[in-house]
Amino acid sequence: MADKKERSGSPGQEPPEPVPAGATPRRAGLGQRLLPYAGYLVVTAGLCAYGLWADNYYYTQLLTFIGIHTLLAVGLNMVMGYAGQISLGHAAFFGLGAYTTGALTVHLSWPPLAALPAALAVPALVAFIVGMPTLKLHGYYLGMGTLGFGMIIHILFREWTALTGGPNGLVGIPVLSAGPVSLAGGKTYLFLVWGAVLLSFGMCSRIVHSRVGRALSAIHFSEQAAAAVGVDTMRAKLEVFVFSAALAALAGFLYAHMVTFISPSSFSFLVSIRIVAMVVIGGMASIWGSLFGAGLLTLLPEWLHVFSEYEVMIYGLVLVVVMIFFPQGLTRGVLDAYERARRRKTGAGPSA
Amino acid sequence: MQEFLQYLFSGITNGAIYAVIALGFSTLYSATDLINFAQGEFVMLGALLLMTLWTQVSMPLWAAFPLAVLLVAAVGMVFDRVAIKTVKKPSPILLVLITVGASILFRGGAMLLWGKHSYSVPAFSSISAVEIGGAYLFPQSLWILGVVLVLVAGLNLFYHRTLTGKAMQAVAINKQAAELLGVASRKMTLLAWGLAAGLGAVAGVIISPITMSAYDMGTMLGLKGFCAAMLGGLGNFWGAVVGGVLLGLTEAMGVGYVSSSLKDAIAFLLLLLILYAKPTGILGKASSHRF
Repeated sequence: MADKKERSGSPGQEPPEPVPAGATPRRAGLGQRLLPYAGYLVVTAGLCAYGLWADNYYYTQLLTFIGIHTLLAVGLNMVMGYAGQISLGHAAFFGLGAYTTGALTVHLSWPPLAALPAALAVPALVAFIVGMPTLKLHGYYLGMGTLGFGMIIHILFREWTALTGGPNGLVGIPVLSAGPVSLAGGKTYLFLVWGAVLLSFGMCSRIVHSRVGRALSAIHFSEQAAAAVGVDTMRAKLEVFVFSAALAALAGFLYAHMVTFISPSSFSFLVSIRIVAMVVIGGMASIWGSLFGAGLLTLLPEWLHVFSEYEVMIYGLVLVVVMIFFPQGLTRGVLDAYERARRRKTGAGPSA
Repeated sequence: MQEFLQYLFSGITNGAIYAVIALGFSTLYSATDLINFAQGEFVMLGALLLMTLWTQVSMPLWAAFPLAVLLVAAVGMVFDRVAIKTVKKPSPILLVLITVGASILFRGGAMLLWGKHSYSVPAFSSISAVEIGGAYLFPQSLWILGVVLVLVAGLNLFYHRTLTGKAMQAVAINKQAAELLGVASRKMTLLAWGLAAGLGAVAGVIISPITMSAYDMGTMLGLKGFCAAMLGGLGNFWGAVVGGVLLGLTEAMGVGYVSSSLKDAIAFLLLLLILYAKPTGILGKASSHRF
């Protein structure tokens, strides 16, 4: 029974079904091969264009936040979409990254760049230690284990006042600079964050198409089967979990030095859920989908501001409706609709 | 000794409430394999509805209590039909996200209806506290314990002595087999949603005199009720009760003897502990498969 549940529980896992693309296999294949590079190009071109022409503090901030959220989403997508392991406590690694660099730069006055290795290593180490017992769990139990871990870290941020400033937060985190060169300006930071995003995308797609990546999708399909053909499942799961924690920590580092003030509420259970929602709405097992999901869920609250007090309610409603009608994520849903429309057109063409 | 008794009373009182919330989780999980992250919001709705019906509309308590519970149960059933049944390819993570979205929706709705204020409700009876060994036992604690005992006994009777209850258990054990024997499993799912939401509302109603009720009270209560359900064994009736009481007691003792800043962490520490030691819970079967 558990087996059946597992399999039916992973709509995103089967590599893009050949069925819908059956009509025009060659063109779809070529398009799909070009798509990743096109993505990098479009994003770089868009950023350059933005850097040259646009000059709006608000949009720059917003785009930077989208970048940070994308880092979080793509990291979690490696764990959830590719390896099929649920994590409901990812905000903990985000927070650990932010608080590590925060504590080092505020209390010990380290320069931010010197704190970066520690800000990545501490969360990665925590992920390794916590992952060992937790990743043995499956399904809901894994979800709850990660949820419990996330809550404990969140409470730690709130209660360890000497180090974290408690509920009032940590104030006075310095902005980023490399020696005499300041990296703090709005657009400079935007490029820095998006550079990190594109780099992480490159790393993730390398991993996905590597031996480890294939091992992960084997685990996603059936952990027993993967183990039976010689995959060290525990090790593969742990590796991707630690990698994903490090990406979240990088996002935390960039976030802390951007806003220069962090408080526990930025790393709560609801934030973990938001990262999960970004992954699912963007599409599981889709690297570029993460960008889409993160973008949408960052912009949505901004758009909803006009509804003032109805904002929270509508946010929840949108989440529910999207999940009901686009269970494969919006990216997949939009692509499917496009595919259907095109097939209708090409199907009608020759006969007419 | 006096201190210990005081902690014991408060631990059992809170534990009884966690137990009811956990029962809600377990009822739904065993019938539908679903974990409902909006369970805490049902608790919140129960508390706020009681407040409105009892103190603002000035209905008598004996009418306001069941009405609040029935209304929330109806919300649960409508939610099942509108949001859960309509999903074409249900997968656990998808359904979890839908319930999370719903919990945000309910919270937002409650914020519109009741604002961001905290409301308090008088105790159900105005008898003064009883002194036992130097510790005070408040009559509301007795109310809570009484209601929970009646509820547990009633649910037990329902599951073992009525045809509907047995049919629900049959669906929980094996849905296909139950359907072959003529059990309308969709009806049972709907009933389970009503029951789970109603249980949440009961928890909200009985807790409202001892805490402040506000639109955002549900999240933590829901998560702790969830920890209690895991602790005892997810989907296990007595497990939910045992887990709830155990969690309440550990929390009270931890706060009393160690540190009050630990309060919220204890539930999750216990959760991790049980997940690492025996993921199926104290009363769960050895394997992680449900039956």
